[in-house]
Amino acid sequence: MAGNGSAPRFPLPSEITDAPGAEGWRSMYPYFTRFQPEDDQRFWFYNSMHFPEPMPAFDTITAEVPYSAIGANTARVFVFPTTLGIEHRIVNGRVYITAIPVTDPEEIGRRAEIFNERAGYYFENWDTLYQGWKTRIKGLIDEISSVTVPELPEIDDARVVTESLGVAQNHYVRENFHRCIDLFSKMWHHHTEFLMLGYGAYVVFFQFCKQAFPEISDQAVARMVAGIDVIMYRPDDELRNLARVAVKAGVDDLFTEGCSPPEVLAALADRGEGGRQWLAAFEQAREPWFNVSTGDGFYHHHRSWSDDLTVPFTALPRYVAQVRDGLLADRPTEALRTERDRIAAEYRDLLGTEEEQAAFDQMLGLCRVVFPYVEDHKFYCEHWFTTQFFNKIREFGALLARFGVLDEAEDVFQLHHTEVDQALSDVMLAWAAGGPPLGAAHFRPIVAERKRILAALRDWSPPPALGPVPEALNDPAVHMLWGVTQQTIEAWLRPDEGEIRGCGASSGIVEGPARVLTDVNQIGEIRDGEILVCPVTAPSWAPVFGKIKAAVSDIGGSMSHAAIVAREYGMPAVVGTGDATKRIRTGQRVRVDGDRGIVQVIG
Amino acid sequence: MTEPAGTRFVRGLAEVGAADRAWAGGKAAALGELARAGIPVPRGCVVTVAAFGLVMEAVDPSGAIRGAIGGLPPDDLPALARAAADLRARITAAPLPPGVAAEITAAYTELGVAAVAVRSSATMEDSAEASFAGLQDTYLAVRGDDDVLGRVRSCWASLFNDESVAYRRRQGIGEGGLAMGVVVQRMVSPRAAGVMFTRSPVTGDRSVVAIEGTWGLGSALVAGEVTPDSFTVSKVTGEITGRRISAKLRAHSFMPNGDGITAQPMPTALRRSPCLTDDEARALSLVGQRVEEHYGVPQDIEWALLGDTPGCPALHSDTADRIVLLQSRPETVWAARDRSPVATPKPRAGDHVLARFRRPL
Repeated sequence: MAGNGSAPRFPLPSEITDAPGAEGWRSMYPYFTRFQPEDDQRFWFYNSMHFPEPMPAFDTITAEVPYSAIGANTARVFVFPTTLGIEHRIVNGRVYITAIPVTDPEEIGRRAEIFNERAGYYFENWDTLYQGWKTRIKGLIDEISSVTVPELPEIDDARVVTESLGVAQNHYVRENFHRCIDLFSKMWHHHTEFLMLGYGAYVVFFQFCKQAFPEISDQAVARMVAGIDVIMYRPDDELRNLARVAVKAGVDDLFTEGCSPPEVLAALADRGEGGRQWLAAFEQAREPWFNVSTGDGFYHHHRSWSDDLTVPFTALPRYVAQVRDGLLADRPTEALRTERDRIAAEYRDLLGTEEEQAAFDQMLGLCRVVFPYVEDHKFYCEHWFTTQFFNKIREFGALLARFGVLDEAEDVFQLHHTEVDQALSDVMLAWAAGGPPLGAAHFRPIVAERKRILAALRDWSPPPALGPVPEALNDPAVHMLWGVTQQTIEAWLRPDEGEIRGCGASSGIVEGPARVLTDVNQIGEIRDGEILVCPVTAPSWAPVFGKIKAAVSDIGGSMSHAAIVAREYGMPAVVGTGDATKRIRTGQRVRVDGDRGIVQVIG
Repeated sequence: MTEPAGTRFVRGLAEVGAADRAWAGGKAAALGELARAGIPVPRGCVVTVAAFGLVMEAVDPSGAIRGAIGGLPPDDLPALARAAADLRARITAAPLPPGVAAEITAAYTELGVAAVAVRSSATMEDSAEASFAGLQDTYLAVRGDDDVLGRVRSCWASLFNDESVAYRRRQGIGEGGLAMGVVVQRMVSPRAAGVMFTRSPVTGDRSVVAIEGTWGLGSALVAGEVTPDSFTVSKVTGEITGRRISAKLRAHSFMPNGDGITAQPMPTALRRSPCLTDDEARALSLVGQRVEEHYGVPQDIEWALLGDTPGCPALHSDTADRIVLLQSRPETVWAARDRSPVATPKPRAGDHVLARFRRPL
């Protein structure tokens, strides 16, 4: 990409120029997210998996808080021997990250002793601890859901006097806003509690398989480990059930391709008993299973199914048609389980010695112990909790709009959480004093300018990586989750114009028209038989996988969501291509080779 | 096992099994064993070593010629070559013993095709010394009684090829106990052919089948005239985990009414086309796995995929019906290697992870 003929490298952070028209982007983000001159010495990669779009100011909390939690977990709590935490920087609205390795052998040894004790305790007691985790995380979801946003009426509630509460409502504006931020932080600490240990167990099994079977595919390893009763499949199961109810209740005619959710719901309300039946089933499925984010839970506009019914209503017509034709099948869980166990048993049989078989049993056994957490935590954390969290922030936005500080509630996401804090203080003071808040003049122009900057930032093409090529990548998450390996870096350095290369995540070869989605809100545009090309897929897209022939993503490894779902649906997938969404246009005919990890534009 | 009674000099391949090496030779024994295991091989017969024995009785009744060769110094290659050439000339000139010619031509007629492959089947071939294999001759697309009989004689004579004789002298193997059967088999006209190993020849991985193939007869690949396509198929999941398509500039084939094998340039459009579809590669892999299962050890296999013209799409839809094997023998390279275990059990499962995180990933 860049370089002066000597060591290959990516553009240096200091060489990145401001995206045209977006020169003011720095004002949107806190100082601690800026690249420093000495950052030129290190390797950074664009975390397009979690942050495929430019960051609105508020949404940077989904980088700040997770990296604060995950680094604390690896560096300070479990004391991973060879890695500290992950640093992040924002340039032109994009989040770049790097892991800080530990290289001094003495320090590694000292850390390893503590790590053995602490990580050993978690591995030994995993199931019990995970049950406790579920209770705690559900507690946090209850808490965030029950946070109230004060209405600040002209006259405060009588109870402040009659129950001698003594504290006026405006106090709770800040306290409850802080409560939201604090709960979000706590949720992320719990999110990371088991995460790296879980991935660690997988890495160890993965590397064992690669050594014992040098030619085994990543996906074959993944298939031995994958859970069957994974919570993230549940929303899709619920949709299938709603399709059955629709046919049974005789309201299936309302579910047609391209139908509008509000119109369908209104029509159902007028359809007597059948309509009532369906709506009752719908409400039952909705809580909690529609608390699944349309995205990955890292942006405020990744609404839950419950908030934005586009995804479920895009999938329903197809399911309804399948029910009518007698073709709608449940997930074949028994067959999937049998197949998973067959694959594991056959690889086990191929091992040379009983010793290796015993080690295989231990490692695979551990993976299956840790995987319910690895696979299910996202539903609780990124989906259920996070969509509730953003909705609460939206309510604070509504309060600010009501007091004229913002034009509309949604504008709150153009402010950093510390700026929201200031705006709320302004409102608290104004309510108390009886005068107008001063924020209208201050924040409204800022919001307008930031919306303009964000739009300009969308046109910027972020390089996949920055800085020198690293000698080694030590971080398990970087490898397993982002799919960033030495090979990925090589590919980033030498882009091949003809072919788009990535990780072959699900086998098979198909051709078809591409549907490039750069924004999750376009998900409703997908049509039968298309090949989905996207920055990254979200678990809640699973129902839509029924319509597509293959999936291609910019980012992701063999355990990323697109890979797992594509294998389940038995369709080819190539993930971690780096820039497929930039090199393919909607409507172009593409050939996806999930075995070799190659995508070709053929017309 | 002793040779069955009845017809003396020719047996159907189906009557031969792995235990019959002593009277049928190694190649015939292996092909017969495959057929018995239900693996498709081209129909054929074997001219038993009894026929060879009669010829040698006539050519070298006291064994003196062979004794003399056995007494030559291993490094005197010119002398070895002279003696071997003399013996070969005697074998090919000797009249066929009564009954042998008649039985061979009858069996040839019974095969019902004009073109046959005439293949050496030495009693020592394919034994543990893998390097010994391949030193004897094979003749493809042989047609007509006279040519078939001539090639049978050539196969007998090829037991005394210069390289074979020199090899035996170096190894200190005597000339006395050697014998040669000859396989006469229907010539197949494959769309594609090649070899496969039921473990990776590169890494020794036993979970995959490695297939190499080219358009037309496998002889183009064996002779090193083309760079073959290669496919790696997972035995467990059926995934194609590796696929390298090469420019296959020419193909070997034989003309139904022509003479012998011709090498024809491949049309440009087909050179870089895969000679196998994924389904065909998977079907081949399954056949390879059946053979490995039958023998209990990884195999080194020659295969052909029937279909009339190199590069033409399949005529029949069922791939499995079009696969034939031409040879299978135990893989020897990796079998001979010792490997230390990849991992051993630890007191607690979590210890594997703890140990792993002590060093960079």
